[in-house]
Amino acid sequence: MSAERQREYVLRTIEERGVRLIRLWFTDVLGRHKSVAISPAELESVLEEGLMFDGSSIDGFSRVQESDVLARPDPATFELLPWAKTDEPSGLMFCNIENIDGTPFEGDPRQVLHRNLARAQEHGYSFFVAPEMEFFYFASDDPTTKPEPIDQASYFDLTTADVASDLRKTTIHMLEKLSIPVEYSFHEDGPSQQEIDLRYTEAMNMADSVMALRMVVKKIAMDRGVYATFMPKPLNGQQGSGMHTHLSLFEGDTNAFHDADDQYGLSKVAKAFIAGLLVHAREITAVTNQLVNSYKRLNEGYEAPQHVTWARNNRSALVRVPVHKQGKPDSTRVEYRAIDPACNPYLAFSLLLAAGMRGIREGYELPNEAEGNLFELTGAQRNDLGIRSLPTSLNQALNEMEGSELVREALGEHIFEWFLRNKRSEWTGYQQQVSQWELDRYLRSW
Amino acid sequence: MEPLLLYPNPPPYELAQALDLAGWAWKAVGNEEESRRDEPEDGWGGAIIVAAEEGENAFAMARALRKRDQPIEPLLLLVSGAQLDELDMRGELFDDFCLTPFHPRELEARLKHLLFRAGRTSRPNVIEYGPLALNVETYQAAVDGEPLDLTYMEYELLKFLASHPGKVFTRETLLSRVWGYDYYGGARTVDVHIRRLRSKLGEEHAGLIQTVRSVGYSFGQSKWL
Repeated sequence: MSAERQREYVLRTIEERGVRLIRLWFTDVLGRHKSVAISPAELESVLEEGLMFDGSSIDGFSRVQESDVLARPDPATFELLPWAKTDEPSGLMFCNIENIDGTPFEGDPRQVLHRNLARAQEHGYSFFVAPEMEFFYFASDDPTTKPEPIDQASYFDLTTADVASDLRKTTIHMLEKLSIPVEYSFHEDGPSQQEIDLRYTEAMNMADSVMALRMVVKKIAMDRGVYATFMPKPLNGQQGSGMHTHLSLFEGDTNAFHDADDQYGLSKVAKAFIAGLLVHAREITAVTNQLVNSYKRLNEGYEAPQHVTWARNNRSALVRVPVHKQGKPDSTRVEYRAIDPACNPYLAFSLLLAAGMRGIREGYELPNEAEGNLFELTGAQRNDLGIRSLPTSLNQALNEMEGSELVREALGEHIFEWFLRNKRSEWTGYQQQVSQWELDRYLRSW
Repeated sequence: MEPLLLYPNPPPYELAQALDLAGWAWKAVGNEEESRRDEPEDGWGGAIIVAAEEGENAFAMARALRKRDQPIEPLLLLVSGAQLDELDMRGELFDDFCLTPFHPRELEARLKHLLFRAGRTSRPNVIEYGPLALNVETYQAAVDGEPLDLTYMEYELLKFLASHPGKVFTRETLLSRVWGYDYYGGARTVDVHIRRLRSKLGEEHAGLIQTVRSVGYSFGQSKWL
């Protein structure tokens, strides 16, 4: 009945508001945004029956036998697009992808997250996340020239300071209109680097929001003639873009991570969850950090973690436990710091949840907190402390993932196999390239 | 229209939800005495008696409501298939009946029809509070005449709150009355949606929804009104 009313709500709103175009959004396995537009006349049947299309045109959707799949819009996600001109409003809905027989399509990242959330819910938990999205504004998207931060670009001499903050303000306004509440936003350390922190919400909704955010940020930048990128490490010698993600589990109304009597304020559930993240961190890194370029950020130091540790007030740790505000036990959470904004949020959230839930189910023990700055320790000292490092390349990360039964189970066979194949070929392509760094260093010396 | 009387108290969850979603005000009572004590000044808008669980008590309740000097009507009875025989000889106790489990659309249609025949204005098409107006027929909401762009759940939550101004609801209550189905978010989802609604209402009207510390939320009586 609720589904019926939701459909009616969408159809009625489209009629009342004179919506002329409905955009149906979904993502490929790598987390790239896909969109199909339909007219209001088609919508009723698409809501009932789904929209059929050839899956082989989408990365990771291809299969040997049957390539047709159905995009079925989720009416609960219906919004009016705030940037449409007033005379021609358009709407948007996120889609689940289904097989022709109506069963969930195994290549659809949104279905993967559905499955993992449902499993956590069987144990009584809802999964809440809050990502901090970092990105850069550049003067153009031309990859043949060095990216030029707009703060420095002479082109903007008169208004440099204003452009970025104005862009950010417009972006936040749009996000709020799309039901994506923003907690903070500010100029990050790097030139032209920005950060937008989203207010915590349930993970499916947040994964949709991350997709929408990447879209909105890029669209608004483009409208102003600049380019926004979520590439993890676009500039040499500058901090990269991360997506520190705050995680918490709720049991009904209660934060399951909080225990007032514990010295850290952490419940047994929280400790086992963190332990799960640590034990499986190396296996899930290929998905949380899926580009060759992701490892340039992880290797750089700055604020990106390199070692598998946890701590309360140590920004070099992989998992940080922020001190929650006095009298606000609900804000108890853990922050996972490796993940970057070029990930597929549906898959990345699925694996963070799966790793943490494994810790809870198996009752993993939380190791000691890492003290001091880990970057200052030698390799031998770290070995003595039993501290493992995160994968230092996509290749290493893929090797870790390949042996992981946890990742295979959480992603499902189809995506697991396709992802490994696709990323192996990305790595091979990279390995075959001679870089500028090599030319600079070797050409004249040898 | 005055609220509908529901018996028993609490009423079956599906019934409460169907009425909420359709925008009908109601109040549940547990016995005849309560039906007098809680009666609105202008009398009950009608009654829905659920006989499917405890038939005898329900029929007694219906009889009591009908025996008054001003009998309560229209009266809709919810019965199970096995009880159909018991309706013989009880024709004067009800105006119409509906089989359980009922389809919400059927319930809605029968109620509408009954109320129409009884000359009652049907449920209001527009819920208004200060600058806010919600049209329950067209699913549209507006503040100061400006349309609000809401998602389905935001709309339903706002409609529920605006239908009960001044009342305080816990998160659990809002979740079960407005969402009413399994949802990944649990009770915390309510906070998330309240935050969004306030943002969409705009700074000037965000105060229409108030946080009641360590209880939940209430609507209306904002200082801007």
